[in-house]
Amino acid sequence: MRRSTSAARVLLAGMLLLPALHSLPAQAQAPTEAPGRYPRVAIAEPYIELHTGPGRGYPVFHVAERGTSIDIIRRRTDWFKVRTEDRREGWVHRSQMLLTLQPDGGITELHDGTREEFTNHRWEMGVMAGDVDGARVVSTYGAFAFNESLSVELGASHILGRFSNSYMLTGALTHTFVPEWRLSPFFTLGTGVIRIEPKGSLVQPEDRTDQVGFAGVGVRAYLTRRFMLRLEYKSNLVFTSRNKNEEIDQWQGGFAFFF
Amino acid sequence: MARRICILLLTTALLGGCASWRTPEPEPAPEDPGRIIEPAVQRRDIVQPKIDTENFEVGAFGGIMSLEDFGANPVYGLRGAYHISEDLFIEGMVGRTEAGLSSIEELANVRVTQNRDYTYYNINFGYNFLPGEIFLGRGRAMPSTLYVIGGVGGTRFAGDDFFTINLGLGLRILATDWLGIHFDVRDHRFATDLLGKRKAVNNLEGHLGFTVFF
Repeated sequence: MRRSTSAARVLLAGMLLLPALHSLPAQAQAPTEAPGRYPRVAIAEPYIELHTGPGRGYPVFHVAERGTSIDIIRRRTDWFKVRTEDRREGWVHRSQMLLTLQPDGGITELHDGTREEFTNHRWEMGVMAGDVDGARVVSTYGAFAFNESLSVELGASHILGRFSNSYMLTGALTHTFVPEWRLSPFFTLGTGVIRIEPKGSLVQPEDRTDQVGFAGVGVRAYLTRRFMLRLEYKSNLVFTSRNKNEEIDQWQGGFAFFF
Repeated sequence: MARRICILLLTTALLGGCASWRTPEPEPAPEDPGRIIEPAVQRRDIVQPKIDTENFEVGAFGGIMSLEDFGANPVYGLRGAYHISEDLFIEGMVGRTEAGLSSIEELANVRVTQNRDYTYYNINFGYNFLPGEIFLGRGRAMPSTLYVIGGVGGTRFAGDDFFTINLGLGLRILATDWLGIHFDVRDHRFATDLLGKRKAVNNLEGHLGFTVFF
């Protein structure tokens, strides 16, 4: 109980500190600040609409006309908080921001991920869930791509079964066959360690850590922007200290993003 | 075993070669030096503006969690979220509470487990629906939204891990552009045989949380 109280205190302190830390830049946003702090764009369309909140349903309360400029204060998903020349602040949708011009006259470009970047991306992270020989599995992974086809992946899985629980840490090399396809198949090969903790009611209750090797196939499906779905099957071979090695089939699917 | 690993490593090393296994691109036709077209339009470098993008959300929460058969106790934890779009987000949570005594433990003065800690983690998809505004008097409106979440995770209780399904409903109010206030109700559901018969338990949690967008 004592431990939990002190942990609660740390959390409370964190909760109080976080907003305090964040309010430092917020205070600096007072109207007296020097110009040029925020990126400025010029309006090229007849007008753009300012909403009261970052969502399609919030009412339009103001329009900024062609020939004036706006400062972009922040962005949340597809909505941009802007400040007009007459110092009104509101939220503008991405589709309207794409029609604005940069100070040098160029079109505003927003790099939000494209099919091309899906093919060429360097980093990828994701979470998956699925089935391992009747047990449930929750996995997370991160990947770094050397080129369009070849990447190295680190993964962690938590396998939750009725008779045992396991943790698995793995490293793998993944080869993507046709990276430019929207539905892009891959092959993976790797190794790692698995720690199996049998549940107490079994006869042989000691935990054990074994090496595991695996081969697998899967597919990545580009969704939109920086997001993709991933589905994979892996055949794991657990190198036990007993006479017979164990084979474990792992099916999992999930969601990933690249950057 | 060593041989197997050797074979695995060797295959892994060879796999790298497959990267170059691609259909060769057709060679571009040789240029005709007499027909070079000078573009009339000047090429312009596109500069991406440095916009402060705030799609991540982190914070902490505290509340009450009711464990089926084991009473209700304070719960606290951390939460992180990434907003994919105006409607969708992905969220991770870790939380901790303690189990009280079940009726059978009280009556028979026994303990089904000495380890009363209950910790959980989960990964959820969230969907914002019914967005709107909350008004404080005449002069102040704060954007708000109700959301539903659903996901999977693990629960550690009585020295055992359980695969857990989460469902929940929440209300998020943006006190400022960067500070979110959350009211959440969640159900953590898993199967256990801790009290003899195997059954699905629903552990309900209600909490208040604060998050910061960055």
